[in-house]
Amino acid sequence: MKISLFIPCLTEHLYPESALSMVKILNHLGHEVEYVENQTCCGQPAFNSGYRKEIIPIAERFIELFKDEEVIVAPSGSCVAMIRVFYRELAIRKELIPGLEALNQKIFEFTEFLVDVLKVTRLGGRYPHKVTYHDSCHLNRELGVREQPRELIRGIRDIDFVEMEKSDICCGFGGTFSYKQKGISIEMVKRKCKYIDESEADFCIGADSSCLMNIDGYLRKHRMKARTMHIAELLAKSLDFEC
Amino acid sequence: MHLSPLKTKKYVKAALKDERVRKAVDKATQTVINARKHVIDQIGYWEDLRLKNHAMKRDVIENLADYLQMFESNCRKNEIQVLWAADALEARQIILDLAKKNGVKKIVKSKSLTTEEIELNPALQENGIESLETDLGEYIVQLMDQIPSHLTMPAMHLSRQDIGRLFQEKLCVEYTDDPVALMGIARKILREHFLSSDMGLSGANFGVAGSGVLCILENEANAHLTLSLPRLHVVVMGIEKLVPDLKSVPFILKALASSATGQKSTCYVNFIGGPSREKYGEGPEEVIVILLDNGRSKIVKEPLLRETLFCIRCGACLNHCPVYQQIGGHAYGSVYMGPIGICLTPQYLGESEGRHSPSLCSICGACYDVCPVKIDMPRHILMLRNRIVEKGYSMKAERIGMKGWAFLTKHPMLYRLATWFPGQFQRLLPKGMAFPAPGYTRDRVMGRFDPKGFRKRYFKLRDI
Repeated sequence: MKISLFIPCLTEHLYPESALSMVKILNHLGHEVEYVENQTCCGQPAFNSGYRKEIIPIAERFIELFKDEEVIVAPSGSCVAMIRVFYRELAIRKELIPGLEALNQKIFEFTEFLVDVLKVTRLGGRYPHKVTYHDSCHLNRELGVREQPRELIRGIRDIDFVEMEKSDICCGFGGTFSYKQKGISIEMVKRKCKYIDESEADFCIGADSSCLMNIDGYLRKHRMKARTMHIAELLAKSLDFEC
Repeated sequence: MHLSPLKTKKYVKAALKDERVRKAVDKATQTVINARKHVIDQIGYWEDLRLKNHAMKRDVIENLADYLQMFESNCRKNEIQVLWAADALEARQIILDLAKKNGVKKIVKSKSLTTEEIELNPALQENGIESLETDLGEYIVQLMDQIPSHLTMPAMHLSRQDIGRLFQEKLCVEYTDDPVALMGIARKILREHFLSSDMGLSGANFGVAGSGVLCILENEANAHLTLSLPRLHVVVMGIEKLVPDLKSVPFILKALASSATGQKSTCYVNFIGGPSREKYGEGPEEVIVILLDNGRSKIVKEPLLRETLFCIRCGACLNHCPVYQQIGGHAYGSVYMGPIGICLTPQYLGESEGRHSPSLCSICGACYDVCPVKIDMPRHILMLRNRIVEKGYSMKAERIGMKGWAFLTKHPMLYRLATWFPGQFQRLLPKGMAFPAPGYTRDRVMGRFDPKGFRKRYFKLRDI
């Protein structure tokens, strides 16, 4: 299968390792990977802040850019949700609607793609550490992806997987919310980090760079034990891939 | 206490510093979350129940004019008088006129958010009419000169120690923090007032259109006394609170009680089917319903937003909201707080006055998961944010930033150039130092920008 990558902005600029890990895993599974040039942002920050008119051309551009790809995979639940769920609410040009509908059938979040499309849960790796998993809100609630990442984690040999309390409570990022309501956002991530700490895990695994950046930022600042890791990186590390 | 949703920034700051309130809110929300879960796990058809209630409310709101007409004519058949109030001012005036006409000196009230919405208590006070809240939680917040901080648990933000101290100070009783003793003190005082009041004032949970009957749910029997002891009973009800017929009531009752408090049903379910039919019989001599519009009919006309009127005020979305859990109800600066509150405030008060409300949300969707009538609140909050932007009430700096970002996103070369800078700047910083992002980084560090970025690294990897 020829898999086209969609790399969201935070991953592109802050966490390229997670996307590179994703590429290596897809290659490892015998799939060809390609990168559509000139891709930019899906428009989510503007959409969530209420700027719909501004992102209509961004959505139209995205549809035109990706509509002919065979299948598209992204290492982020919220960006896939933006396209699959929220693009529909925009007043995009009529002739692009069939393209969007087709796109929605073939764009996938990474763990969803591995488990539901490729039917892979065991990659054969080994990672002898204690980990917990954070459910990102849009991945969990908009895309309904809960079990797929857990199956992939459980498929790793010698891993000690523990559930933290309230794994699905919001970490407090919420895009511009983290800046506009920083006081509340900090208290929310503080609570999340408390649950992570109580789970005694060494790593908090997630499937969305934005939540991981927020959680990691608090863990580091407060010198807490756990570190965050994108699930693609965890899988790559379990297979001893260099990233 | 008069709150304004325009001052949420100030309230949020204060709320985050108030450890006592935050502890009380955290404890109370966790308790009701667990109680709700326990009951709902036993209901095997919860999802079907949500769908059924959603469909029922959709039918009511989409055909509201017909249902209101049906309700009014059936009420009249039951000798319930129906009056219409276009806004808060009109509703207050109707009540003041009724009080004047009937020589009312004292009103006992059972819990009613609608009368909070029309700010009735201050108006009664100004006109020399004593009004007394009789729901224990409401009685407590009234003594504190506050408004409720929750839709179903008005004094959720207070601990029993807070209430003990309040009673000691305001009621001149000995300090106790035993809930049963506190309740006893309030009950003794309230009983006297029930017997000496001239008007009972309440809200209603549902108006049954097909029967002309009103339904009030409660756990303390104070509503029962309010609607049966005084000579006159006035109900203030939002026009959206209708259900089609009595057959719908058990379904919505089950959804409401389990979502609000984790009960299978409330302790009391009162049905008001009209005034006392015989002289000196039981119940009030007159029953009057005031149907309040106050912005609702405008929302009914909006196909994309009218779902927000399906709300049955159970408060489950507040309890499960990670934002509400941190700041409590008063920080919203509105009678309607939490996820549903920030949907309603900008619609009731207008986009200008309600422009900050929808920002009190991280769009996590926990509210939609638990709503017993399946109101898609995150969707509505996003839509209202859009409306606030469209009407020009967003901040100028944000507007410029977003427009600039949108422009760059359409021009990949410029986009790449603009996003190249942070990585280069990161290079200049001492090793290990995180990127400076003022505001965001007060209590957390920003992630590290990668000087190369994925794209460059990917092509390098591929070319090897």
